[in-house]
Amino acid sequence: MTGQGAIPPCFPAKAGTQAGLPPSRENKLPLSVTPPPSNDRKLHTTLAQHAFSVNARSIMATPQTLYEKIWAAHVVERRDDGTCLIYIDRHLVHEVTSPQAFEGLRVAGRKVRRPDLTLAVPDHNLPTTARKDAAGRVLPIADPESAQQLHALRRNTTEFGIDYIDATAAEQGIVHVVGPEQGFTLPGTTLVCGDSHTSAHGALGALAFGIGTSEVEHVLATQTLLLSQAKTMEVRVDGELGFGVSPKDVILAIIGKIGAAGGTGHVIEFTGCVIRNMSIEGRLTIANMSIEAGARAGLIAPDDTTFAYLKGRPMAPTGENWDKAVTWWRSLATDPGARYDKSVTLDAADIAPGLTWGTSPEDVVPITGFVPEPSSFADPAKQAAAQKSLDYMGLTAGTAMRDVTIQHVFIGSCTNSRIEDLRAAAAIADGRHVATGVRALVVPGSGPRQAPGRGRRARPDLHRRRIRMARTGVFDVSRDEPGQSPCGGALRFHLEP
Amino acid sequence: MTPVTTVSGRAYPWGAKNIDTDVIIPAHWLKTITRTGLGRGAFETVRAQPGNIFNDPRYAGSPILIAGDNFGCGSSREHAAWALADMGITAVIAPSFSDIFSGNAFKNGIVPVVLPQEAIDRLLEVAKDQIVTVDLETMTVTTPFQDRFTFELDAFRRQCLMEGLDEVGLTLARDTQISKFEEAVASNRPWTTVESGYASIGVEGSRRT
Ligand code: SF4
Repeated sequence: MTGQGAIPPCFPAKAGTQAGLPPSRENKLPLSVTPPPSNDRKLHTTLAQHAFSVNARSIMATPQTLYEKIWAAHVVERRDDGTCLIYIDRHLVHEVTSPQAFEGLRVAGRKVRRPDLTLAVPDHNLPTTARKDAAGRVLPIADPESAQQLHALRRNTTEFGIDYIDATAAEQGIVHVVGPEQGFTLPGTTLVCGDSHTSAHGALGALAFGIGTSEVEHVLATQTLLLSQAKTMEVRVDGELGFGVSPKDVILAIIGKIGAAGGTGHVIEFTGCVIRNMSIEGRLTIANMSIEAGARAGLIAPDDTTFAYLKGRPMAPTGENWDKAVTWWRSLATDPGARYDKSVTLDAADIAPGLTWGTSPEDVVPITGFVPEPSSFADPAKQAAAQKSLDYMGLTAGTAMRDVTIQHVFIGSCTNSRIEDLRAAAAIADGRHVATGVRALVVPGSGPRQAPGRGRRARPDLHRRRIRMARTGVFDVSRDEPGQSPCGGALRFHLEP
Repeated sequence: MTPVTTVSGRAYPWGAKNIDTDVIIPAHWLKTITRTGLGRGAFETVRAQPGNIFNDPRYAGSPILIAGDNFGCGSSREHAAWALADMGITAVIAPSFSDIFSGNAFKNGIVPVVLPQEAIDRLLEVAKDQIVTVDLETMTVTTPFQDRFTFELDAFRRQCLMEGLDEVGLTLARDTQISKFEEAVASNRPWTTVESGYASIGVEGSRRT
């Protein structure tokens, strides 16, 4: 959406140089390793797996990928079958997937192990209409079930001592927008949330993935998860993107190439100069949708763009800690010669702005393409699915995508609702208006007042633009508050066909 | 959790691919704050279609579901596993599962059985009028026609399923190891603790108010 046409030339990957900062010698493993008791369910600690023992790595001298380094840095214990107890550095909690987890803790009389590493953000159930009246009084939530979940989150976080960003707080927003924006998401951390799009945080080099409610309960109680190591997959996008090709088109092209299950069992690392040259917002879109390729998580190596984005964010490290952190973060990049289990390369020149003709993220064609014939798929199940999608979408096979009438425009969701996306939309919309018969919706992903650390007041800027869009009639419906809106479907906010 | 060693009975011969969790349990059912009662909403959109297998009396109450590739993809909602459990399903057989769903299934006493497509095709045929048996002891799926398909399952998860063990309790027993790890992080990666700079910007919670 932004920056096309201004892409710097593609430099060879700088992997390996990493600013020449070898891991500090002091980082020796300070743990004494206790042999496991015999009835130990075969759990034991493997020294070499501990990333504190950076020395062990240089002795082994096996080049590692970004994923393998983060993984190794979080192994609490390793079992004989290879499953590991992995430490979780960051836990985002929202109201939909947490009530039953807190219920579980309460029933078993358990505590939250690290409330300080946990942050609660209500989002899915918040209506995006005004949350306060003109006099500043908080308005009640109309839907009783939504209200009940929101109330439960508030009660649970108070009871268990967890920080909670209230619905009316300026920082509130979609949890995957709030995490990076507040600097809660950091490179090299393990980050989980009871939501599939948690993979978004991988844009900053965090190993981030969605978990279910049982796992939310497990993390709350133990700050760990029992996991088996994923396979690694490199998706490299080199070359130069054409005009109008946005990060979303890039990830859709990737999914179109590898399939909606193409990443299953893998953690994808996105590499190549197209990714390197992308803003954090663009990277968030890419990593967010790695889940749509079936991947366990998506990762992008932290670099200067990442550090510049994070510096000065409210929850990011400061002073000496910041410097130490950056040194370590740089060392995480995939070593030259490290092997991925799978590698896929895309040429940016082949990526056109994409459109979907169906209901699965793999149902993509370029804007110049046509609605496919279901019989053109080899797999009979895919044929049936394609036919169903076409019936649902009301499309006829063979229609040129350019000829499909647009009925709704929605700019929002955790994938495309950051201020950068809204600015890009505003730039296109400015001075124009919505065509007759089109309904347009804009829902910002979060509402911070200020771009942290930059002294620039982002919110009023955004607000002004939104009002301008509304006033010029560009968008006939403008929502008032940040949130998820039609995306999650949980709000009973469905677009009429 | 109830221990599971064998699951034997009728099976829904469905075979549909890429079934996402929104099909298993539509989003508007997610507003509960407890774990039970979601069976009523399971496969709601599928059930709305005439002649669907979930309303077919021949399969009513089946403990097994046979599905296609990539079962449980999409949103990570654990409600999908709760809904299946609530409608009495204890095993799902498919060529592949989404990672998140298969994790959730385990934790709720549902066995995700991975078998190759040929085996699935055969089971879909047999299950139309015969029972299917999933045995965790022998790690096999069998039918009355001497079909015998072996599958794999993570050893630890298998044991948890068979003994009905609670994972949180098992991990809490590793408290010493976790504490040691935390000490190591505190001295080696001190930046990992959340900065207190956040206190200035209006967050609720008993820790910093
Ligand atoms: S915005 Fe939409 S896609 Fe993103 S987490 Fe919310 S419901 Fe999911």
